[in-house]
Amino acid sequence: MSRRLHLAAFVAVGLAVAAALAFFVSPHASGEPDGLERVAHDQGFADREAGHPLGDAPTADYAVEGVDDEGLSTGLAGLLGVAVTFAVTAGLFVLVRRWGGRRGPGPGAGSPGALASPGSAAGSRGPGSSAPFGPEPPGPESPARA
Amino acid sequence: MHLPDGFIDGTTSAGAAVVAAGGLGAALRRAGQVLDERRVPLAGLVAAFVFAAQMLNFPVASGTSGHLLGGALAVVLVGPSVGAVCLAVVLIVQALLFADGGLSALGLNVLNMALVGGCGAYVVFAGLRRLLPARPPSVVVAAGVAAGVSVVLAALAFTIEYALGGTGGASVAAVAGAMVGVHALIGVGEGLITALVVSAVLATRPDLVWGARHLASPAPSEAPAPGAAVPAREAS
Repeated sequence: MSRRLHLAAFVAVGLAVAAALAFFVSPHASGEPDGLERVAHDQGFADREAGHPLGDAPTADYAVEGVDDEGLSTGLAGLLGVAVTFAVTAGLFVLVRRWGGRRGPGPGAGSPGALASPGSAAGSRGPGSSAPFGPEPPGPESPARA
Repeated sequence: MHLPDGFIDGTTSAGAAVVAAGGLGAALRRAGQVLDERRVPLAGLVAAFVFAAQMLNFPVASGTSGHLLGGALAVVLVGPSVGAVCLAVVLIVQALLFADGGLSALGLNVLNMALVGGCGAYVVFAGLRRLLPARPPSVVVAAGVAAGVSVVLAALAFTIEYALGGTGGASVAAVAGAMVGVHALIGVGEGLITALVVSAVLATRPDLVWGARHLASPAPSEAPAPGAAVPAREAS
């Protein structure tokens, strides 16, 4: 299967597609109110919208401050968002794996409690937590049925 | 469907934030256990792609638009816990960097789109996958239907929140009808886009689709290339 794309190449191509959508296509997206905004308007509670506390941020409303061309401004904001979202997500998962993650059967497992200590983002929840993620059966992400 | 501040009162928003934080914590914990290190960049890609897709509003009716929410897409590609976290990161980046979605409403938005949307999509997808034949087209169909349903579920979640603490005095029944109606239309778009993207990934790297793991048993005509990523083989 030489046609199979390497994982790194797959991620690179995927990011290029996301960046292209954000930069080239998003300036042409529909500017009409979305479903919720439409309902809020029709049902008469749209005026309850409060100003956003970060509404003066230099990238508020997907426009980069100082870039006059509206399309370019939106496109640049989109590129920034794609980059930041990728970096934050990947960084978060690296940390999460380090905190609570299952480690390979490597050395350093001398104090197994240390890795799963309540310092993790999940706080002191037990493993059988009944939080909204209930529907996930045990071990669904390992190919048990393969 | 990004809620700004002000549509839902403070008490309800705070309650939603607590529930969202609890659900997200559980998802993070689970994700830390199941996510293979090599797939961390893939999770980042899913979040980045959902961010980009959420910028692409498409018209659904006169004077109304919708965009992909991406909960079903993320869940089918990387699994429910990792997928929900991806969605939450998208929503947090949107609220903090682009002032899209309120800050006091962040918990509501995470609850509706990441948790209800993601969990709802997972339940529908898992159910359909069991009913349909174990073939790639079934994964595409199940993903598309789950995507459409998940948008309506997210709209219903908002309606419940509006019933609990909505401002502006609109009739809950009218809000429910309007929300479900317009989001059923948006759900059609969500389903089509999700099916398209899932089938594109299935055509390229089927082993990377979490929702297609059950198809991973080596087909007779297809010798697995050594070194080509076999779906995460980690034991629990």
